[in-house]
Amino acid sequence: MATGTTERGALTHPDVQRLDDVNRDVLKILSAPGKGWWALFALAAAGVGLFLTAWIYQMVRGIGVSGLNSPVGWGVYITTFVFWVGIAHSGTLISAILFLFRAPWRQSIYRAAEAMTVFAVMTAGLFPLIHVGRLWHAYWLVPYPNSRFLWPNFKSPLVWDVFAVTTYFTVSAVFFYLGTIPDVAAARDRATGLRRKLYAAMSMGWQGTDRQWHHFGKAYIFLAALATPLVLSVHSVVSWDFAMGIVPGWHATIFAPYFVAGAIFSGVAMVITLIVPLRKIFGLEAYLTTKHFDAMAKLCLLTSLIVLYAYLSEFFMAWYSGEEIERTAFWNRLFGDYWWASWTMLTCNGLVPIMLWFKRVRHSIPALFVISIFINIGMWFERFVIVVVSLSHEYEPFAWGIYRPSIVEMSILVGSFGWFSFWFLLFTRLIPPIAIQELKEVLPAPMRNKRKEAH
Amino acid sequence: MSAQGQGILASYEYLDSTVDAIEGLKKAGFEDIKAFAPYPDHAIEDALGYGQSPVRVWTLVGALTGTATGFAFTTWTSMDWPLVVGGKPIVSIPAYVIIAFELTVLFGALATVIGLFVLSRIPNFKPAPVYDPEFTAGRYGVYVEASGDRLEEARRIMNEQEPIELREGEVAHA
Repeated sequence: MATGTTERGALTHPDVQRLDDVNRDVLKILSAPGKGWWALFALAAAGVGLFLTAWIYQMVRGIGVSGLNSPVGWGVYITTFVFWVGIAHSGTLISAILFLFRAPWRQSIYRAAEAMTVFAVMTAGLFPLIHVGRLWHAYWLVPYPNSRFLWPNFKSPLVWDVFAVTTYFTVSAVFFYLGTIPDVAAARDRATGLRRKLYAAMSMGWQGTDRQWHHFGKAYIFLAALATPLVLSVHSVVSWDFAMGIVPGWHATIFAPYFVAGAIFSGVAMVITLIVPLRKIFGLEAYLTTKHFDAMAKLCLLTSLIVLYAYLSEFFMAWYSGEEIERTAFWNRLFGDYWWASWTMLTCNGLVPIMLWFKRVRHSIPALFVISIFINIGMWFERFVIVVVSLSHEYEPFAWGIYRPSIVEMSILVGSFGWFSFWFLLFTRLIPPIAIQELKEVLPAPMRNKRKEAH
Repeated sequence: MSAQGQGILASYEYLDSTVDAIEGLKKAGFEDIKAFAPYPDHAIEDALGYGQSPVRVWTLVGALTGTATGFAFTTWTSMDWPLVVGGKPIVSIPAYVIIAFELTVLFGALATVIGLFVLSRIPNFKPAPVYDPEFTAGRYGVYVEASGDRLEEARRIMNEQEPIELREGEVAHA
């Protein structure tokens, strides 16, 4: 694994010389998979099996097989829902926000990040359905004219969430698909047989004509401009699921920006977790350079500081407000029954990322991989602390209680990683996981007459 | 611009030759010029004289429809069965802003994509008789519709820029 700290020039991809080199290098990923891919795929498929088995068991036996009970009615399922929605966010950040800001390092990672978004929302979306228990009533969430003329309560954050998450899934899936069209067309032009037919259908007759590119470019900018406020809204709405309630530990105005920063923090970490093996397995060292990892590490560092600030300000406000209930809740966070969850959160999200201040760490891919895993764990525990620890210790001492996740809940949590990886691994083999077309935009255009590089 | 007539397609290795070929053809009075590129390039768009894309109208109309739908739907359903929830007014505009916002983004995004499909004429599965599969890899292309003497003139202009290859035939769609 190249951990090179060699000075590279101003070019984003100095080792990529020609436009068609990109096609050759990226499209070869789609051909024969190695043993490593199959091993990971088998693991992921086993995870899907575990996930479905546990869910079906819960549907047959009822929600009682989970550890959910009074006072903790929201447990691992809601924690994991927020975790996966959060993971999704950095994909849209990289594909839309950094696109609008013209960040020069996003091109080679954005496709994988965007795919991660789509699959993470797909995973997250299942958790409310798992959580409500009776899946066959899930359609009640959707406003439809029913026999009793009842409509959802649009003043409820839970209904906002339905709208936010379904919009987010639809828009990010469309945005992802649109971006893949020119690249799938490139795959079509190199493929044969069944794959060629599949890619021809998926690319819908794309040829890269001037007219197509002209409208495509504009449509892409508008979609990015729509996705940018959307991504900020989605985790804000998720945070209001909590902040609109009067539970001590939830009822805080800081929640929306705090959740959005946390989401980007965890998402960038997950991008690193996914891209390191991708780079290794498919030999993409020329496309995913230390420059990219350095930029992602800096983004992690920035969001880690925002998140740490939010943690500290929550503790400060609990003390400074003089509110007895609030003080108790936060004292309980650090020294109560769930002290280990809070300290895991503070260590993984606040302390470990401090290492990212050092350039040597940011330029070491193994170190970044390890740190990113710590962040993933820390961010799951952050949501656990917010959801479970707050609910376990509300106002009335007689209503305090302890929640223990059941084996079914833990199986579904572990299985959800399998479900997510299953789709992500399929994606790496079906759609070019590095955006061929966008990469070419940052490569120098081939010129016959070198003097005419005016454009 | 249904290009179904006789025409000639040149494949180029370099961006500047492509742009020069387009400019040469325009100077010679050719109108229906189509360019192919592996990525969107402003030099080619400038040479062909593109203005604003009407996709933005689709986005705007879609987004505003979404906003209106969001407010109208939430207000109507609240009035349809008026229930006081949480001591809030029957029609609580601040809460409905969130629904209206989400629908603005949703409708705006979907309208943008539909607009793109309509304007760039995809999906289109008709096979193109003249097409170079290298256009999605590293080559640029210029196609112009012409026949007889004009075809020879186009061939001469295209040849000046040293194309990798020239093909005659027709390009099926825009």
